Amino acid sequence: MEITMKKDELVNEFSKKLKNLQLERKINIMEVCGTHTVQFFHTGVKDIFPGKLNLVDGPGCPVCVTTNDYLDRAVEIARKHKVTVCTFGDMMRVPSSYSSLQKEKAEGIDVVIVYSPLDALTIARDNPDREVVFLSVGFETTIPTEAITAKKAKDENIKNFSLLAGNKVTPPAVAALLESEEVNIDGFILPGHVSAITGVKGWRFISETYKKASVIAGFSTKDLLMGTLVLINLIQKNETKILNEYAEVVTEQGNVKAQEIMDEVFEPCDANWRGIGIIPGSGMKLRDTYADFDAEKKFPVTLPPVVEPKGCRCGEVLRGIITPLECPLFGKTCTPRNPVGACMVSTEGSCAAYYKYSS
Amino acid sequence: MEDKILLGHGSGGKLMNELIHGLIKETFGSDSLQLDDSAILSLDGMDEKKLAFTTDSYTITPVFFPGGNIGELAVNGTVNDLAVMGAKPMYISSAFILEEGLPVSDLKKIMVSMKTAADYAGVKIVTGDTKVVEKGKADKIFINTSGIGILESGVQRRDIEAGDLIVINGTIGDHGISVMAERNGLSFSKGLVSDCAPLNHLIGAVMHACPEGIKFMRDATRGGAASVLNEVVQNSPFSARLMESDLPIREEVHGVCDILGIDPLYAANEGKVIMIVKKSDGEKILEIMRDITEGKEAAIIGKITSRYPGKVYVETAVGGKRMLALLIEEQLPRIC
Repeated sequence: MEITMKKDELVNEFSKKLKNLQLERKINIMEVCGTHTVQFFHTGVKDIFPGKLNLVDGPGCPVCVTTNDYLDRAVEIARKHKVTVCTFGDMMRVPSSYSSLQKEKAEGIDVVIVYSPLDALTIARDNPDREVVFLSVGFETTIPTEAITAKKAKDENIKNFSLLAGNKVTPPAVAALLESEEVNIDGFILPGHVSAITGVKGWRFISETYKKASVIAGFSTKDLLMGTLVLINLIQKNETKILNEYAEVVTEQGNVKAQEIMDEVFEPCDANWRGIGIIPGSGMKLRDTYADFDAEKKFPVTLPPVVEPKGCRCGEVLRGIITPLECPLFGKTCTPRNPVGACMVSTEGSCAAYYKYSS
Repeated sequence: MEDKILLGHGSGGKLMNELIHGLIKETFGSDSLQLDDSAILSLDGMDEKKLAFTTDSYTITPVFFPGGNIGELAVNGTVNDLAVMGAKPMYISSAFILEEGLPVSDLKKIMVSMKTAADYAGVKIVTGDTKVVEKGKADKIFINTSGIGILESGVQRRDIEAGDLIVINGTIGDHGISVMAERNGLSFSKGLVSDCAPLNHLIGAVMHACPEGIKFMRDATRGGAASVLNEVVQNSPFSARLMESDLPIREEVHGVCDILGIDPLYAANEGKVIMIVKKSDGEKILEIMRDITEGKEAAIIGKITSRYPGKVYVETAVGGKRMLALLIEEQLPRIC
């Protein structure tokens, strides 16, 4: 078995280039996706940014943009209807209005961490006397698997399985940020894995409508360095193109099969993004043909009034207006130990990343 | 602390620290309780040689995992808790809590592994206990082992200083990541197995060759290498610097970690010791380790500095740095 020694000539060359870049003016680039946020810290690439280059974190953390009422509903459904809630791990500690799944689990609701919605379906299949609800949260990278799972449940007629749909798609959120003009972004680093599904075409509006530069990049140290260098080059030349630096995975049309299955099971809807607000066409709800698998319809509950944490500035962090360090709660009342907002919990959240890598 | 015990209270992070340093220490009394890997005891009538005494309970899903099972884990884990104090493990106990319905053939397999592991480590299983609970009240089998060892050359704890080297006896994260991959059916992790192994032979050889060389050592189990190093430097004027390019991490471990968004430096190991050693002894210790089965892939992975007192940090391939803080609780896989 091979042992990796992460020594790479290209990495050396690119990192020297980035360190020594002479910028004439301040440049703001936004990494849209939470995985990139973390990777910029993790690889130390952010640490070698030249002085005038500023990385603004985008809204691409699915946990962070999930509104409190979604979790409140999950908790209420579990309490009232005694269902088994299956969830990805990073939702466990996210605060709902009054609690969290982790705290509720200790109180007795049945929560199981799964790594794939298909695992949740297996639990439902193996336990026909238990109602299983999967918390379907996530962007383009997870929606196809969630769609496949719903389709499988329907095909196999597994009646004790349903999804609580809270899925979102990312391009409308980027469009909303550009539309609002709250932050001045010179260019975007676009997520390689989301783009593998949407294709380059899904992002063309950034250059065509908003005349901004963008680069689709992967997640390795080399990918981050190259993506950043290429983007700065475009910005300095005032070129508003989109470049695909992850062509081994991302095509112009994207993953058509994945798009088809998404379209078969889900349909676009307006969605409320935590801290950002309602973005038209950015949500995915189950189609009427899948109503039997829609947990929201299947398990009616009365929701308690939504409580947003006082003083939490996650919204501005998610819109790139402030860095986590500028939130008065950061590191004081809001820590990974006692998170006030989801951005401090999720592995992909900016606040968690700032806290983890700078303290 | 919380009103109820959360899973995180058992995961080797901050929550567990709070439980130990709060409730447990307060109730049992810090004058008798020793919070190191083993307690060091002296009984009336004993000569210079002192006793090391430790206990640990084992629970794992799945019970049989790639490269081992709960039985050898229970023997090696307790052997290692004694060995990292500098003790020679001598005797261990074995207490089972069995779930009604457990196949006897599984129990036999587990016990045979325990016997084999004990023979290899050179310890004797001398006492034990068995309880059976109703189906659903336990997860197949829980094992508790306690162990006694003799300290022939004293406790291996010396003051660390800037310049000391950080050594590990092989690849990082194999156990935690192989178990996680197995649990989740990640097929590309094939060939990745737990590193479950006793460390007493390796540690004994290093202590013999460099009697003053080891300043501190601990097996990097729950919480992984990052948590051990945090324990070493926290509240001290020193920091621990790891060099990313020197970290021995298997390609498969990187692969699984990338998918699940997990850092191998926080993943559990079951046959790895982190040693802080005198700079002048570093190369010699490496040579000795590499001559022993459990140390073939040993490496110097960093050193003690005074740059960020109390902190652990990694110097990355691009020359940037990232901090490795103590986690709150176990890492959970991310959504995308």
